[in-house]
Amino acid sequence: MPFFRLNVSSGVPLYVQLMEQVKHAVETGALRPGDQLPTIRALAQELVMNSNTVVRAYRELEHEGIVELRHGLGAFISSSVSAKGKVMRQAQNIVESAVERLRSLGVTGEEIRRLFESELSATQVGSAGGRKR
Amino acid sequence: MNDFIIETAGVRRSFGSHVAVDGLDLQVSQGSIFGFLGRNGAGKTTTIRLLLGFLKSGGGEVRVFNEVVTGPEGNAGLRRRIGYVSENKYLYPYMTVQQIIRFTRPFFPKWRSDLELRYMDMFHLPPNRRISALSKGMRTTLMLLLAMSHGAELLILDEPIEGLDAAVIETLLKELVALPATEGTTIFFSSHQLAEVEQIADRVAIIDHGRKVVEGALDDLKVQYQRLRVVFDREPASISWLPGADHVRQEGRTVSILASRNVEGIVEQARSLPGASVERFPVGLKEIFLEHVRGN
Repeated sequence: MPFFRLNVSSGVPLYVQLMEQVKHAVETGALRPGDQLPTIRALAQELVMNSNTVVRAYRELEHEGIVELRHGLGAFISSSVSAKGKVMRQAQNIVESAVERLRSLGVTGEEIRRLFESELSATQVGSAGGRKR
Repeated sequence: MNDFIIETAGVRRSFGSHVAVDGLDLQVSQGSIFGFLGRNGAGKTTTIRLLLGFLKSGGGEVRVFNEVVTGPEGNAGLRRRIGYVSENKYLYPYMTVQQIIRFTRPFFPKWRSDLELRYMDMFHLPPNRRISALSKGMRTTLMLLLAMSHGAELLILDEPIEGLDAAVIETLLKELVALPATEGTTIFFSSHQLAEVEQIADRVAIIDHGRKVVEGALDDLKVQYQRLRVVFDREPASISWLPGADHVRQEGRTVSILASRNVEGIVEQARSLPGASVERFPVGLKEIFLEHVRGN
């Protein structure tokens, strides 16, 4: 079972934090297609969080095609996310080269981070959690 | 019929000339863990006593399990379905832990001996100690045991974690988050411990001077509220261009804005100002709370 950790008072909705950690686990290969996620009850108790919040995270992940909810069986990493993994590796390359070029212009890491965040918040509604709709 | 376990509409209650609860609307769904927040004296305990029918309301309507709550004389059957921990945590001081459990059990036909034993063990309660000799924290956990062992469908907990140590709080919160799923319980609790509320509640309401000032799903509130920091390359003349901002503070070239409505509009306006750069930050429950009860 992957190790999820929530920051309760960060201001980022807990369901968003949980979604991002599942996505991250998928991107790094810690979770693979077909892997089962903890049950709602088990995860709620382990992380000491509201089970409705876990439900919301799982439903949103299902909506985004990352998780499949199989009735009575639980939540599984969907088999279609391997394609996403390829895209993510491409994205990683793009980000790497962009960061390299910015550094060559003398832009600091902190400045790059803020530029990215500001760019994202300008183009995305509800950007606090990078939520896609 | 509706899905709400608790529903109040415009409920009022005064004590002499002091208006403690002033037209409060609340709706709590089945299986929810609902955090009820407010400063000392905001009307939380009065509201809770109205929900239980310990107090008669001075107007409006209170419904619990879809039954109209009338006051101290009625609703005996209703109160049996509610597990209650009172603010003052009063229990007969001359009884021992075991005696108060034996005394309480017969009032509740759905008493759960399995849960009673589980909580005795979980809270490390000494069965033969007198209540007068228990610490405040132990008295609270004993009251929680009584409230959580009688098969209640609704728990109404007035400051249930006040005075508990961190280890007991963690144990209790773990148990509370499991109850809606395992037993179908609905939990309505007041607390000053915002971090704990933030951890386990799915919905919150904040009241101030007996009125509701915020209500919503906690995760939605965190999306809705944002802190914006606008930095100008020189000191701006005026910040009157921010319709919709809840709170604006200016310090030299930096303007800090708390916004819950029209956030995108505000960001756009701020960006269009000469020499301005805008950053956004997420906002936690504490900031939302302080914003709404500040200086009142």
